[in-house]
Amino acid sequence: MSMDRRQFLKIAGISSILGFGASVASATHTIWEPGLKPPQVEPNPDGLIAKRWAMVVDMSKFKTDEDIKKVTTACHQTHNVPDFRNPDGTVDKKFEVKWIWEEPYERTFPGSENKFMSEHIKDMPFIVLCNHCDNPPCVRVCPTQATFKLPNGITMQDEHRCIGCRFCMAACPYGSRSFNWTDPRKAINPATENKAYPTRTKGVVEKCTFCTERLQFGKLPACVEAAPKGAMFFGDIEDPNSEVRKIVTSQLTIRRKPELGTGPAVYYVIGGSDHA
Amino acid sequence: MKLYDGGKILIGLMVFVGIATFPFYYNIGKVDSKPELKTDTPAIQAWEKQYGKKECVESKEYMRSEHMQLLNNWRDSVVRDMNRQYVSMTSGKKFNMSLQNGCLECHSNKKQFCDQCHNYMAVKPYCFDCHIQPMEKEENKS
Ligand code: SF4
Ligand code: SF4
Ligand code: SF4
Repeated sequence: MSMDRRQFLKIAGISSILGFGASVASATHTIWEPGLKPPQVEPNPDGLIAKRWAMVVDMSKFKTDEDIKKVTTACHQTHNVPDFRNPDGTVDKKFEVKWIWEEPYERTFPGSENKFMSEHIKDMPFIVLCNHCDNPPCVRVCPTQATFKLPNGITMQDEHRCIGCRFCMAACPYGSRSFNWTDPRKAINPATENKAYPTRTKGVVEKCTFCTERLQFGKLPACVEAAPKGAMFFGDIEDPNSEVRKIVTSQLTIRRKPELGTGPAVYYVIGGSDHA
Repeated sequence: MKLYDGGKILIGLMVFVGIATFPFYYNIGKVDSKPELKTDTPAIQAWEKQYGKKECVESKEYMRSEHMQLLNNWRDSVVRDMNRQYVSMTSGKKFNMSLQNGCLECHSNKKQFCDQCHNYMAVKPYCFDCHIQPMEKEENKS
């Protein structure tokens, strides 16, 4: 009988829930030993590095729906995110997978609206994505360490280990994660597919990776590149000279649901003046 | 000696033997051709021109027996340790640790390379459930 790794992890996960043996998380913790160590492997010399990656989004720089669509499309095409549609062309909510998308104000910053605030802001769409939290609940609940923190602050997703239990989806307070209910390749256009990036498979959870794979080759995230000038910034928030740090230090920015203590690394500029 | 229900037992035995040996009959004549690997893709030819020989990340023998383990290690190294480059033990050359953008760049003929042995050994690696395989023209049966 042969068993692939995800099947093994599934059984191990279920057994641990039922109380047989040690939990998988602690088991993987002890068995996790890199098979290849430096100097046999090394980072790409052109890679961008940071102590703590962070993003700043200024929605006032998005003038049209088109501007927003450009950004979400850039991400979804770069990462082969499936686009499930109903026969009438609307998004098929049942199968929808999203890494970056649009939410109204009251769903982006719930609880912070008041009845006197400007209609303009209330009606403004906001771009949302995984916040790559400092203290991510998704990582805490993942039984297989398929989602985990990289030292640079990115909440990474290892699809090879994901067993599709969806604990992380229940834990994430931002809805940043999507489950593949069916084979995503059915909803990826082969003409626009990115041949240099994998797809996912049925039964795994996926989300924004802060473009880890692009950073490692010296490129900024695809969404940031596709955004209008001054609308999205990406950099090392621990570096006092970085753009993101300067904006966050000099202006009022807000983060999503800070009261939960997750420590999001995506900051929203609400003012709308010019900066950086 | 009398065999109670002899008929039923004999039929049962025959069915059992039939089922137990089914895999042998089923595969008769199927595994007659040895896998034939082609390493003549444009990328490999270009490499040969530049370096004067065909070479993989490690020696042919090592790759033949260890590529599964190597790929497992590459995967973990890239996804979990943020490494991207592999330094060959054989040649010291550096390689991009990537199935899609590394291995398959040279072995763009998956059907005549990967699949040859995998089919022969009846193993079904699930790599290609996610990793996009190169576009290949259908092999002309000449
Ligand atoms: S936004 Fe959600 S998925 Fe992203 S790190 Fe935070 S909890 Fe995890
Ligand atoms: S579904 Fe989420 S919690 Fe479950 S294994 Fe996959 S990443 Fe981990
Ligand atoms: S950072 Fe990369 S993965 Fe995340 S939303 Fe932007 S383009 Fe997509």
